[in-house]
Amino acid sequence: MFSRFTKGRSSKNDTDNSEKQKPKQASGEELSEAPAATVDETDKSVGDASQREDHDSPVDTGIDTNNEENTYAVGIDLGTTHCVLAYMPLAGGALQTLPIAQIKDPGIVSEPSQLPSFIYLPHEEEFSDSELRLPWAQQDEVSQRKIISGEFARAHGSKSPMRLVSSAKSWLGHSGVNCKEDFLPLDAPDEVGKISPFAVTQQYLSHLAAAWEARFPASPLDQQMLTITVPASFDPLARELTIEAAQSIGLHNAVLLEEPQAALYGWLHKQGENWRQQLQVGNTILVVDVGGGTTDLSLINVTESGAELALERSAVGEHILLGGDNMDLTLAYVIKAKLEKEGKKIENWQLQGLTHGCRHAKESLLLDESLSCVPIVVPSRGSSLMGGSLRTELSREEVLNTLVEGFFPEVDVTAQPVRRRRAALTKKSLPFAQDPGISRHLAAFLSSQQSSPVAAPSFVRPSVLLFNGGVFKSEQLADRMLGNLNNWLSAAPNEGEEGAAELKVLQGADLDHAVASGAAYYSHVRNGNGVKIRGGTARSYYVGIESAMPAVPGFEPPMQAYCIAPYGMEEGSQADLPEEEFGLVVGEQACFRFYSSSLRKEDSVGQLLEDWQEGELEELEDISVNLPAEGKHPGEVVAVHLQAGVSEVGTLKLEAVSPEDGKRWKVEFSVREEALAEA
Amino acid sequence: MNTDINTIVLNLDILHYSLGGFALLLLLLVIILAVKKGGGGAGGAGSIEPSQLQSEQAQQQNPVQEKPPQFNETSGDSALQLLALLQQEARLIDFLEEDAKTFSDAEVGAAARVVHDGARKVLHENFSINPIRSEEEGTQLTLESGFNNQEIRLSGNVVGEAPFTGQLIHRGWRVSQVNLPKVNPEHELSLVAPAELEV
Repeated sequence: MFSRFTKGRSSKNDTDNSEKQKPKQASGEELSEAPAATVDETDKSVGDASQREDHDSPVDTGIDTNNEENTYAVGIDLGTTHCVLAYMPLAGGALQTLPIAQIKDPGIVSEPSQLPSFIYLPHEEEFSDSELRLPWAQQDEVSQRKIISGEFARAHGSKSPMRLVSSAKSWLGHSGVNCKEDFLPLDAPDEVGKISPFAVTQQYLSHLAAAWEARFPASPLDQQMLTITVPASFDPLARELTIEAAQSIGLHNAVLLEEPQAALYGWLHKQGENWRQQLQVGNTILVVDVGGGTTDLSLINVTESGAELALERSAVGEHILLGGDNMDLTLAYVIKAKLEKEGKKIENWQLQGLTHGCRHAKESLLLDESLSCVPIVVPSRGSSLMGGSLRTELSREEVLNTLVEGFFPEVDVTAQPVRRRRAALTKKSLPFAQDPGISRHLAAFLSSQQSSPVAAPSFVRPSVLLFNGGVFKSEQLADRMLGNLNNWLSAAPNEGEEGAAELKVLQGADLDHAVASGAAYYSHVRNGNGVKIRGGTARSYYVGIESAMPAVPGFEPPMQAYCIAPYGMEEGSQADLPEEEFGLVVGEQACFRFYSSSLRKEDSVGQLLEDWQEGELEELEDISVNLPAEGKHPGEVVAVHLQAGVSEVGTLKLEAVSPEDGKRWKVEFSVREEALAEA
Repeated sequence: MNTDINTIVLNLDILHYSLGGFALLLLLLVIILAVKKGGGGAGGAGSIEPSQLQSEQAQQQNPVQEKPPQFNETSGDSALQLLALLQQEARLIDFLEEDAKTFSDAEVGAAARVVHDGARKVLHENFSINPIRSEEEGTQLTLESGFNNQEIRLSGNVVGEAPFTGQLIHRGWRVSQVNLPKVNPEHELSLVAPAELEV
């Protein structure tokens, strides 16, 4: 079902396409070619004047009429709650977002610029095939299962949550589950026909690709410069799965970019050449990206290379499942508690409406300081609107107490996020952040990045701040975050010294679309235009080696960590070949425990760690290698080295290398079976 | 017209602004009908058939045989689509079909908020609307002869010759772009709100 982008693409060449395009250009706005499902556009004409405008504007023709150099720099923001595709012509031109056709309601197709990252798996009887058709050809409709993605999936899924898949991306970044196993929606009975987080990612990408092809039939997406963003905190497996999903639908041209970097690229693009006046050598830029579902932190240094300013990403934060959606839900619970005190019972479906109402009320209250409270009405489900609706209010005080104090509390820089011990988990669940205090997560991030504790409190002192994510549209939340940071900075690092200067906030960022725009701009930069952020891997990687010691019953032999990949490896580079040899049995699968560290930046290949600070090393999925028996006897032991490299697309690759003949085998990431059972 | 209803002090007579909401909706419907007519007219002008041309030439030669002007029937499709949107987002049909007399002002007001918020969303998502006149309402305005009498209507003591000077009562609204969602030809537009069964 995801294969259609691989078929027939390579046989097309540019001249074919441009010939196809010509008659289309002549006939003006023709919507789609024959095989696509036809979708009527209801009468659009609004008098003479505006109709003429429609013809002139390239946005409204719905189709790319430029048949010459059809190459674009494209960026895809595969968000936890929304996907956005931005593009700009490689030859130069305006950066735009792609309208993404999606089911708005059965039989109705709208084209907003965002694709909500939700999938609804309908019951066979729920909708007719024709009602779910999108304005492009669907291959092999008989075997294709009905899947709804986007706006209607979200809207209808809130009424039948059992069939709704949301936050699939968070599962990709969650070690301990097999992301190719069909287990979503988690709580659905088996008859629903579950889907894997990997397949969900494929689905969003192929939806975006189809929307692209419908608009630019002469410029297939797999022939553009394409960048897909991932959270900076994604581990190597999650990155690999993302790129594999893209490749499996024929997008072999995709490369990865970390979201906070993309946000900075978005800002750089908006500034044009001006950015050099706004940043100075020695600046440390802190990117705080609070999206719908996740919070992502990165530090980027401004350095000098030759006589030019250069940018270098120096650190990334942990994967924090905490975002704007938590805030709306929290407010809804506050209101629910208030209503229940008044003796009103709140049903589950009303909570949905309440969350929706709270989002809007919150935005009004945080934007307009003169408002003291905003009414919220939860409409009835039946046709009696006046009789069955529930009315309540959200006050400024409630918003400030809940959001500002709850999510952005004023804390000391030494604060650490509260981690409760988890009760024994008997089933799969996402590791949502237990502490909603984003300030505490930020404090912990900045403190952890300072490895040499010269003076307490010691932490990395950023000098420039870039906000990203819709949450920061509210100035009060942004101001609180900034105030907190400035408080930390103003404290003297050592006695007699002065505190650091106040943070400079980078202005003019587009909070909603910066990641997609930045990714598109990065595609442009990769083509040799403009400044590139140097980064490489933000972690060093280790394999676990059991120490040689006599077996003691009841004790696991202590683990040592052997560094095979240093911090800061650039795309397309390879780590040195480590000395240590591992004996692998031919024809059997060999597993290694695998660790990473975002804190130990000095370790080099071949270093053996006997012990380390708690939290310094993080255990990832196991890695495994299977040596084929070719020419060797099964059971024979072969000595290999484990070598790490970073591919051109930005994924970590591990190989077992034979010292004898230089033969290489791919080392795969694998999910440990026990981990699955525990988690 | 553009003020956010949320900013109005809450103890303001709630019925007043629910009536305001009504007015807004009625205006909206009027605009849509106007839009439809405009669109139909434009389409008609673009597709003059040869026979019509001949008859027009004939008319010039012989002005006595005047044909009655033709009016275009608007297809109900986009009206149905808009109605469905207004029901879905703003619960407009529910609101209008309910008997407002039996409910208190507070209840009507609460429902009016749903209608106002939703209808506003439909309006802004599907139409680009701008005032026809950029001047503030209440200012003096002079219209030269040959002004566009579809864009601006005269009222009051309409006597004498242009230029006409008077007070701008309403700035007017012009829809510069309609961006309704696309519809599958097999979709039954008359089902503006399907029944819902929770199982």
